[in-house]
Amino acid sequence: MGANPAENHPISFRWLLKARENGGKIVSVDPRFTRSSSQADLYAPLRSGTDIPFVGGMIKYAIDNNLFHKEYVAKYTNASFIVKEGFDFKDGLFSGYNEETRSYDKTKWEFETAEDGTPIRDESLENPRSVFQLLKKHYSRYDVETVVNVTGTPKNDFLKVCEAFCSTGKPGKSGTIMYAMGTTQHTVGTQNVRAFGILQLLLGNIGLPGGGINALRGESNVQGSTDFGLLFGDLPGYVGAPKALPEHASLKAYLEKETPKTGYWSNKPKFLVSMLKAWYGPNATKENEFGYHNIPKGNKNYSHMALFNAMYKGELDGTFLIGTNPVVGGPNAGKEKEALSKLKWMVAVDLWETETSAFWQKDAGSNPEKIDTEVFLLPACSSFEKEGSVSNSSRWMQYRWKAIEPKGESKADLEIIHSLATRIKKLYKNESTPAAKTINALHWEYGGHGEHPDIDVICKEINGYDAKTGKLVANFNSLLDDGTTICGNWIYSGFYPEEGKNLSKRRDNKDTGGGNFLNWSYAWPMNRRILYNRASADPSGKPWSKEKAVIWWDGLQKKWVGNDVPDFKPVVSPSEPGGQNPFIMMKDGVGGVFAPSLNDGPFPEHYEPFESPVANLFSKQEMNPTVFIFDGSFNKKGNKSKFPIIGTTYRVSEHWQSGTMTRNQEWLSELAAHMFIEMSEELAKEKGIKNKDKIIVSSARGEITAYAMVTKRFKPHKMNGKTVHQIGMPWHFGYKGFATGDTANRLTPHIGDANTNIPEFKAFLCNVRRAD
Amino acid sequence: MVEINLNRRQFLKLSGATAATLAIVELGFNEKEAYASSKEFKIAKSTVTPTICCYCGVGCGILVHTKDNAVVYTEGDPDHPVNEGKLCSKGTTIRQLYTTEKRLTKPLYRAPGSSKWEEKEWDWMYDRIAKRVKETRDASFVDKEDGIIVNKTERIASLGGAALDNEETYLLSKMMRGLGIVYLEHQARI
Repeated sequence: MGANPAENHPISFRWLLKARENGGKIVSVDPRFTRSSSQADLYAPLRSGTDIPFVGGMIKYAIDNNLFHKEYVAKYTNASFIVKEGFDFKDGLFSGYNEETRSYDKTKWEFETAEDGTPIRDESLENPRSVFQLLKKHYSRYDVETVVNVTGTPKNDFLKVCEAFCSTGKPGKSGTIMYAMGTTQHTVGTQNVRAFGILQLLLGNIGLPGGGINALRGESNVQGSTDFGLLFGDLPGYVGAPKALPEHASLKAYLEKETPKTGYWSNKPKFLVSMLKAWYGPNATKENEFGYHNIPKGNKNYSHMALFNAMYKGELDGTFLIGTNPVVGGPNAGKEKEALSKLKWMVAVDLWETETSAFWQKDAGSNPEKIDTEVFLLPACSSFEKEGSVSNSSRWMQYRWKAIEPKGESKADLEIIHSLATRIKKLYKNESTPAAKTINALHWEYGGHGEHPDIDVICKEINGYDAKTGKLVANFNSLLDDGTTICGNWIYSGFYPEEGKNLSKRRDNKDTGGGNFLNWSYAWPMNRRILYNRASADPSGKPWSKEKAVIWWDGLQKKWVGNDVPDFKPVVSPSEPGGQNPFIMMKDGVGGVFAPSLNDGPFPEHYEPFESPVANLFSKQEMNPTVFIFDGSFNKKGNKSKFPIIGTTYRVSEHWQSGTMTRNQEWLSELAAHMFIEMSEELAKEKGIKNKDKIIVSSARGEITAYAMVTKRFKPHKMNGKTVHQIGMPWHFGYKGFATGDTANRLTPHIGDANTNIPEFKAFLCNVRRAD
Repeated sequence: MVEINLNRRQFLKLSGATAATLAIVELGFNEKEAYASSKEFKIAKSTVTPTICCYCGVGCGILVHTKDNAVVYTEGDPDHPVNEGKLCSKGTTIRQLYTTEKRLTKPLYRAPGSSKWEEKEWDWMYDRIAKRVKETRDASFVDKEDGIIVNKTERIASLGGAALDNEETYLLSKMMRGLGIVYLEHQARI
């Protein structure tokens, strides 16, 4: 659901087909009948942007038909917690909403706690203010009729999906949900994933083989690069970046505010202090709070759309673009291109000249004479012309060896970053301004030959070592908060436990049991392959079923054993305090059916997309009431009378993301050579469009021209007695490379999710017409 | 930029399977030895290096065969537990990442108002970028805000990095935050 692995993650789909050979069922829920749908046992269409009604309906089905895993829910989730009096939900709004700030007072969603701060539980799940009863009440509104009237799914298809998936609530069965950007790229993207989480917790499907919620990562190392802190809000290892707030004004204040008293995050001080030691080396002392003050502290939303909005308004002078092409891949791409011309300088590091680094050219529709941006384009080499590791969707950190010298004068990004850092530092060497002090404090000693740093030194800094002896730490359990240990990214600590043993290089492909391949590469954290695998055993420590056993308590050895590394303290018995709390990263040790920390509510609720052809049937709130709305010409909104058709974007097997890597190659360019717009036969007929006609698609943001691809894969949505059309298009194209075409993202809006600010690429309004 | 000058129809015709050898000659691709004969001939005496596919997050294994400083062949890694030697269309054609004429091989510079790229030396580029970073940083650096030490610049941004290696992302994160950059984003958001 929200993914099309047969086309976008093809090798992952092999394993689904193998699972089916073993009796498994594949369910595909998608607005379009994709190649994944064609291989599925069950297919259900839905209108883009209606995932919460669909999954909300499944949650109701599981509860009404008593198909949920009651003991798992009572013991391992917060369904038994009692929510404080005053919590309410009325006409699309949870309690605590402030219309002016478009935000919630989350103190209205708190749990009742005992004196020591632990939540009060009712494991019978009958207390009317228990999470379970509130959940039941919330989704009682998601009855089958309302759901299918919103989603446009034929009722029988919807019920078949409910029946098939909810049958995995039994011990001995498991079901997984594979998702990608079809789920996340919505104004309710986070809550779409949350809905999956609630359903999987109800069915007892987390922590088991064949279970979980699996994000199909779209880039070879989008997992690793997020782990290492390349999004503004997190430092490496998901330690929140400090903000310009009084509570974060000192390290002491930050740690007091941000360290939970219970759960594994109670170790946060050790992780942050060890990272500060890695970054500031000898300049990080106890007296200066380990260099904490050098870490930049912002007080705004610095995410992609806000960044381009700031650029558009002339608030940015310089930008680095490291292997990224927002003029094709960014939302409302026409505006993002315009924004680039406001920069004084731009550094692009890439294998290719992209639509972004060439934004000033005539071919881009620009007048070079009027653009004062100084552009530096640095040639990077490809992944097999250098060495280093990448982390896949399963958190496997796999090493890539260097097969050949970089082509021409191209270089590894590692060397480029290192060279820039050392040169910038050199310029500041003899200065003592505040700007100079912070960069002078940055510890940057990576040895190596000439300008190329020694990757082994970097690997050791990431894994961590003793500050005095230099001895590598075995794993993050050895880290301390007194400045005596160094560790660049705690979640990876353990991949390099001894000299000469970089475990990401392991290539022993013997199945060590359960398909876990524990001696192949390294999976963070601690080489665990199935997260929260304590939940595969019942509270007493016995597997819920033989078929789905992962780890279990061995009373003789007095430890957890099995075919995976326990995602749990290995010697804490089920009868000890915390011994029945599998979700160790959560403050209370249980899965969050109720999430009082999110910006848009503790339960997922349906709101229509920013641009929708229909009114919200669930409440008066049309759009997610907490999303941030950019003003003016940066973010034009289309209405349904002018733009009655739903548009969505997708990808094809032969191209990758913004297309730079694939449109610059001969064979792939030939295999998928043209930009196209896919539409139903019904819509084509209505508009007088034939297959392969040149057509124009317009939205409030712009127009693009492409070939029509008329297929049976799209069908008009019939909902509530109304017919709504939907079209789809690949977002890979631009004017550079061998295969060229108009850029789909010139149509998409600058609006995003209330928690993550991911843009709503997957549901916008548009119209189509013949080009001649 | 060196552009291959051919129209689409000609390209499609020439690179079709039956015309492969002809295509090499006529298009001037220097790939004769790779296409010329059977797989056995191609990879005889080549060096094999394992890598992981650079596209999606599944993490398939690929073997890269090199000989005489050329990538002669790539194939799915049969020992890899994820893909067991199989690859999708993108993984299969990974060799062309190296061989394509579209690759940048020299640093390119575009002066303000100019309508063209100029080739430059790496040192010149590095020094000039470092200078521009320092200029912007010095002019915009904020050390304190409402009495709180913030040590940031809000006039420089960094975007991208989802295709970099872990070690590279670590250095990038460390350098950018070390510079005081708060507009730090990458492809996970889009």
